[in-house]
Amino acid sequence: MKKDLLGIADLTPDDIYRVLETADAMREIGQRPIKKVPTLRGKTVVNLFYEPSTRTRTSFEIAEKRLSADTLNVAVAASSVLKGETLADTAMNIEAMSPDMIVLRHASSGACHLLSRICRSRIINAGDGMHEHPTQALLDAFTIKEHKQTIEGRKIAIVGDLLHSRVLRSNVLLLTKLGADVWVSGPPTLVPPGIERLGVHVTTSVDEAVQDADVIMMLRIQQERMQGAFFPSLREYFNVFGMTKERVRLAKPDVIIMHPGPMNRGVEIASDVADGPYSVILEQVANGVAVRMAVLYLLAGGVEDEAAA
Amino acid sequence: MKRLLKGGRLVDPANGRDGAFDVLIDGDRIVKVGRDLPIDAGTTVVEIPGGYVVCPGLIDIHVHLREPGQEHKETVATGTAAAVAGGFTAVACMPNTTPVNDNAGVTEYMLKKAAEANLARVYPIGAVSRGQKGEQLADIAELQKAGCVAITDDGRPVSTALLMRRALEYASMFNIPVIEHCEEQTLKGDGVAHEGFQASSLGLRGIPGEAESIMALRDISLSSLTGGAVHIAHMSARQTLEAVRFGKSRGARVTCEVTPHHFVLTDEALASPVPYDTNTKMNPPLRETADRDAMLAGLADGSIDVIATDHAPHAADEKHVEFDHAPFGITGLETAVSLCFDRLVHAGVVSLPRLIELLSVNPAKIINVTGGSLAEGAPADITILAPDLAVTVVAAKMKSKSKNTPFDGWQLRGGVAATIVGGRTVYVNGDAGLLV
Repeated sequence: MKKDLLGIADLTPDDIYRVLETADAMREIGQRPIKKVPTLRGKTVVNLFYEPSTRTRTSFEIAEKRLSADTLNVAVAASSVLKGETLADTAMNIEAMSPDMIVLRHASSGACHLLSRICRSRIINAGDGMHEHPTQALLDAFTIKEHKQTIEGRKIAIVGDLLHSRVLRSNVLLLTKLGADVWVSGPPTLVPPGIERLGVHVTTSVDEAVQDADVIMMLRIQQERMQGAFFPSLREYFNVFGMTKERVRLAKPDVIIMHPGPMNRGVEIASDVADGPYSVILEQVANGVAVRMAVLYLLAGGVEDEAAA
Repeated sequence: MKRLLKGGRLVDPANGRDGAFDVLIDGDRIVKVGRDLPIDAGTTVVEIPGGYVVCPGLIDIHVHLREPGQEHKETVATGTAAAVAGGFTAVACMPNTTPVNDNAGVTEYMLKKAAEANLARVYPIGAVSRGQKGEQLADIAELQKAGCVAITDDGRPVSTALLMRRALEYASMFNIPVIEHCEEQTLKGDGVAHEGFQASSLGLRGIPGEAESIMALRDISLSSLTGGAVHIAHMSARQTLEAVRFGKSRGARVTCEVTPHHFVLTDEALASPVPYDTNTKMNPPLRETADRDAMLAGLADGSIDVIATDHAPHAADEKHVEFDHAPFGITGLETAVSLCFDRLVHAGVVSLPRLIELLSVNPAKIINVTGGSLAEGAPADITILAPDLAVTVVAAKMKSKSKNTPFDGWQLRGGVAATIVGGRTVYVNGDAGLLV
């Protein structure tokens, strides 16, 4: 792997499989009575979050602590972004204290690329604007693999706000790299132009996307999108694109339902689907810790260590 | 003092000359143009190497000199130094300064600074609306009297169809064009890149080509309604070019310009070599290959009237931020000629005489200023070009105060050898081996 994890775009299929295999080993650590290994002892990891995040930040922090890294969280209020210190200055100040890794969450696409050019520390993208969220896609792949053994050839339907979703972009890149049959569906107002060039099927018919799917992945709908006239109302959105039990029946009998969270029950997904037997939403959260441990470990030099051993 | 430019190839489309002509300059004027002019006693002879080109001074009608108010980006002095280094003997500067050039005081200040710098000629462009707020017309008669050659609300479009109508009607009284930054603002929204695959893949908010063409169509219609002249600034979208062709075919008084970056680069530059390089962020945005190719076709077939740079200097720290937060714009004065040679002339898109029309003859016509001609009696505004000079773009060495160019390190064929304004040599390129 490269110095940084900026996006799935930079990973080869081999890189992806290495993360997933490593995550498998890491998961076991979380099942021990003493959930800690000394792997990253003496390493400093800064979680630099410019956007509010509960799940991702917590998941990274637990992963770092299980690997015995010294972690610290820097939460920058969104309101101070424009009037305060620039991202470059903040990064250089943190860099001056010689951390080993910086985990960055930022509202602007490409923010981690800027950091990558400035910092010697390894940068992990924890979500940049509408661009990528690579650890989410990796944990999704880990979850799919756990249930379906293989990803190649599986029909995967991704439904929701495709336009604003970094989860969509990372997942499409990853799943197509591994040979999945990826279908994306959402209102035409929320489909990124040219997305089909990434090798996915685009349809406004959720039924078509879901038909015989092995995996259904829902994306969050943000209520403020109504003001942008992307769709008329949450009610209408749910009627046309919401994931209901009836729709799930179109998929394969052993379909799994995924959601990166946070969920809007009754908007993109019915509660009985979210909590139903096909839902693996909480498994995704659990797997997130193992996958992030794997990423931290591999970026900290795990590959070289293994090669030397 | 007389100087004779002897040798080289003279390209003067306005007077139908292209060949081995000499130019005799006396003081600030061209006094004689002819083959093998005799050398009088007391005349300094400037030997122009074979292969070099003597042409009417280049005129860039779309430049942001940033003074008054944003002197940390550029001043009239540094901007005109960049202009002459880029082969431009004259520039027309945009009114979106601080304060806005919407009154004679600001215009006169710009002209005073230009006189002090004494490099390129500076033609201020006044605001269409007071404060560029899009509400009421600026004092256009006063602006024109003070020296403004056109009006524009550049940086944004003229806000409403009604205000545009009034501006076209009112400006026609002075025979000055309204220069329009075409942008339908609700379609542009908070977009930062061309709407298409690259923006989608990079997760950047898109601006469709139609945001530009819709406004161009509005303005072309209003030009037909009023008889006023509209000039479409920095055209980038193939749909806009279609609109301009349509307008011209219907006899509308519409002209248009394209920037070098819009006929050289595409939105792929946002992804590589440096992902999210803020020096690829400009408004209008770099568009896709079909648009870039349409601009080349429009240059070749004559639909496009002018090449202008939209020279938009920004300080390094202003650009050293997230892509979303970076200001739009790049510098252009010092790279235009090399890009034009390399990508247009040597690539066989346009002939050299056609390039001179695009960079000199037509710009002078559109803003109604002297220049664009090497006629006897005309001011001696002359650019000497070195079509085969190997040029490496080095941002750090540029005369402009700002270095925000996506072309740093590019190797191009063709450059500027020297620039003469009013008979005075104001720039000599040390690499071109010319003694002017």
